[in-house]
Amino acid sequence: METHAHAHDHAHGHADHHHDDHHAHEQSFWSKYIFSTDHKMIAKQFLLTAVFMGVLAMMLSIFFRLQLAWPGKSFPILETFLGKWAPNGVLDSNMYLALVTIHGTIMVFFVLTGGLSGTFSNLLIPLQLGARDMASGFLNMLSFWFFFTSSIIMFYSMFVETGPASSGWTVYPPLSALPDAIPGSGLGMTLWLVSMALFIVGSLLGSLNYIVTVINLRTKGMTMTRMPLTIWAFLVTAILGVLSFPVLFGAVLLLIFDRSFGTSFYLSDIFISGQALEQTGGSPILYQHLFWFLGHPEVYIVLLPALGITSEVIATMSRKPIFGYRAMIASILAIGFLSFIVWGHHMFITGMNPFLGSVFVFTTLLIAIPSAVKAFNYITTLWKGNISYSPAMLFAIGLVSTFVTGGVTGIILADSALDINVHDTYFVVAHFHIVMGASAIFGMFCGVYHWFPKLFGRMMNNKLGYVHFWSTFIGVFGVFFPMHFIGMAGAPRRYYSYENFEMFSNLQDINLVVTGFAIFSAIAQVVFLFNFFYSMFRGRKATQNPWNANTLEWTTPVEHLHGNWPGALPVVHRWPYDYSKPGKENDFVPQTVPLTSDEEDH
Amino acid sequence: MMYLVIGVTLLAIRAFTQLATVMQLSNALKGGEQEEVSDKDNRLNSKLMMAFLIFFMGFFVWQIMEYSEVILPEAASAHGKDIDTLWDFNMAIIVLVFVLVNCVLFYFASKYRNRPGTRATFFAHNNKLEMVWTIIPAIVLSVIIIYGLQTWNHITAPVTEKDPVKIELYAKQFDWTARYAGKDGAFGKTDYRLITDINPLALDTTDGNSNDDVITKGEFHLPVGREASFEFRSRDVIHSAYMPHFRAQMNCVPGMKTYFHFKPTITTAEMRKKLNKETFDYVLLCNKICGQTHFGMKMVIVVESEADYQKWLATQKTFGAKDAPAAAPADTTKPKMAVN
Repeated sequence: METHAHAHDHAHGHADHHHDDHHAHEQSFWSKYIFSTDHKMIAKQFLLTAVFMGVLAMMLSIFFRLQLAWPGKSFPILETFLGKWAPNGVLDSNMYLALVTIHGTIMVFFVLTGGLSGTFSNLLIPLQLGARDMASGFLNMLSFWFFFTSSIIMFYSMFVETGPASSGWTVYPPLSALPDAIPGSGLGMTLWLVSMALFIVGSLLGSLNYIVTVINLRTKGMTMTRMPLTIWAFLVTAILGVLSFPVLFGAVLLLIFDRSFGTSFYLSDIFISGQALEQTGGSPILYQHLFWFLGHPEVYIVLLPALGITSEVIATMSRKPIFGYRAMIASILAIGFLSFIVWGHHMFITGMNPFLGSVFVFTTLLIAIPSAVKAFNYITTLWKGNISYSPAMLFAIGLVSTFVTGGVTGIILADSALDINVHDTYFVVAHFHIVMGASAIFGMFCGVYHWFPKLFGRMMNNKLGYVHFWSTFIGVFGVFFPMHFIGMAGAPRRYYSYENFEMFSNLQDINLVVTGFAIFSAIAQVVFLFNFFYSMFRGRKATQNPWNANTLEWTTPVEHLHGNWPGALPVVHRWPYDYSKPGKENDFVPQTVPLTSDEEDH
Repeated sequence: MMYLVIGVTLLAIRAFTQLATVMQLSNALKGGEQEEVSDKDNRLNSKLMMAFLIFFMGFFVWQIMEYSEVILPEAASAHGKDIDTLWDFNMAIIVLVFVLVNCVLFYFASKYRNRPGTRATFFAHNNKLEMVWTIIPAIVLSVIIIYGLQTWNHITAPVTEKDPVKIELYAKQFDWTARYAGKDGAFGKTDYRLITDINPLALDTTDGNSNDDVITKGEFHLPVGREASFEFRSRDVIHSAYMPHFRAQMNCVPGMKTYFHFKPTITTAEMRKKLNKETFDYVLLCNKICGQTHFGMKMVIVVESEADYQKWLATQKTFGAKDAPAAAPADTTKPKMAVN
């Protein structure tokens, strides 16, 4: 009570008050939990929204996996959830495309962008930099509420009569522009676009806030090269977001015009439903350029925070400094820069000039270099470490494996000549689910397990964490590894069934294996959900610095207080990676410990 | 039923909650854990790291043995063979990297478990090492880029053959139509406003080049050993003409024409013999999400000798012939729908 009241006073700048006044200042339920401007509460809000959306998107994937493993078979559960879209329990083929679309949209934007970056940038930027809060608490609150509103709209779009958006998560026009082409391009698509527009607003407000906070609110001594790699990753992620999301906003806006106001930015020479449309002169390919100008940086918006979190956890739990700190920063910057000049590799076979294709081959393959550096640096950090296998550490190690395993197939897909034959096949699905989906979600799990004590003041259960990790890890490779072979068999993605083609008749066994592992992985997530919610209320109470880590967030009290530190802000004297430093009593030296006379800065 | 499921779920959650609490209390009674991660757990997970590596690599090898039969057969086109060679070269590199890196990763992750009383080695950076693993990937990637781009430039170079088969693939929801340029070697002009039931390809009837154009549905034929020069058009949304056996693919985009060309090298009959499968056919499928029956857009491709091809072409009606437009065989592309 003493410290709590003190902190409260401090935050309000009147330290003389008697601490009994405290109760008069008690925040109401609304200002504490709902319209909070405290970054720690906003982080939790992002996390819980993302968990809900994640469960939803996972359920959708199980629904369409059932159809792929047992095409045309009746599953009563489908009718229970989807009603008229699964008459007699058989999934409708339009609904199949809708499920695929919404699964992708939610996973990429709502779970891995909003959820990952929103949660951990919010939680860690002020805490690891020694700031009392974000630069603007109010904008931060708005950022969440835009995100939340867009989530609600996306969720709601699944219940409209003509079904949700069904043209794939990339919503290429003309398919997405013409309700006559697919029912999902009616009201469902309108809601999708509105939802995404709001999502972008929320994302921009958040990102601008993150950038300003990192630049301006670092505590005394926290130079740029003393920042934990998490912060570097969040900073570059935010910059990528600010530079690329507006382009998606433009793309979305033009699509809204084409759909509703008769413009022809993306439409030309179309004949549909017995009628020639008036629009001419537009180009569907323009949309793809605009979309992927965001879409590719988006991959790194998803991945970089995961890599940042992993860097921190691997160093802490190996009790070693992260290997090649400066090289890691350079890699983050290089990846961030290159991510803006590679978007064309999604479009090799759109009829784009082959020479332009060559340029994108070159830039894309360059990204493999900083990525390789990161992977090797992680592995070297493990070398001669003293590894404690917390569930967070397991997910971090898992991320390195998925990052490498999914990354190498990128070399195939970036090679335009090879892309010709595997473009839009399951080979691509396998590639991006492993390298981006699995890696990013592992980064998110890693962060949740590691910073749970900071989020909720309690520990998650390790044993359940182990069950969760190992089953998820096996499940992920079980689901996505066989997909490479499905792709090499020439099977296109987004097919409702493969029964029309004799050449795919022998794929049924593999699809069964994939769906089996998918169901297994989904069940494994129930273990996580139980652990998460149980620990939130009844988990073991956390100590102040459970992982013996160096970073500043562990110098704050377990109990959350507005303003983070009860007294003065901590002062930083060293980088965050002095683990197992020779000549030191403990195997960690927090950033707040001054350098001794015989020590040099890292 | 629904209530039963909900009831059982709630009970299960309750039971698990109790169980977890009991476990936690018993741990606390035993004096709790001094460390956040116990030595026992470290030993267990260290072993699991190696176990996983063995499982992972075993699974990988098992899949190669089990699933290699589903992979596409050898390329049936000239450039396709180049692609396959490039594929094998790249695959060799990435499989090597995949196996090596995962082995080292899990080996380290297993070996360097926390041992009470010991300390990790302080090893923050080493410029030489970092240069090595920046430069080696850079060199390997340069080779990959150069080899890849040579192949790409070769594939996308203009048609060199003097007399290629000129053929257009026209996509719409949800079928394909093929059009040959005919004797004059030129396609008739098109305008999407001209589409009618009897002129589904929107040919301009006033253009003389249209009259000898041959239009087919269901299947189209190509002569072996002669370059086929494709043009692609779409009526409504983006489709993608994917001919996996020939390693050929190009999007069909409304409002613009796209191009691709390849030379078939193996006839359908030869491929049937090679695969020992009488029912084998080359197919064209749609590989860009295009709507409800995207999964049913199919056309059979028949590759045969030049003589057989000419014979077949002669039997096809031209656009200008009486009772045009075209001899449309029964629609074999109608997709099987799920039985409701």
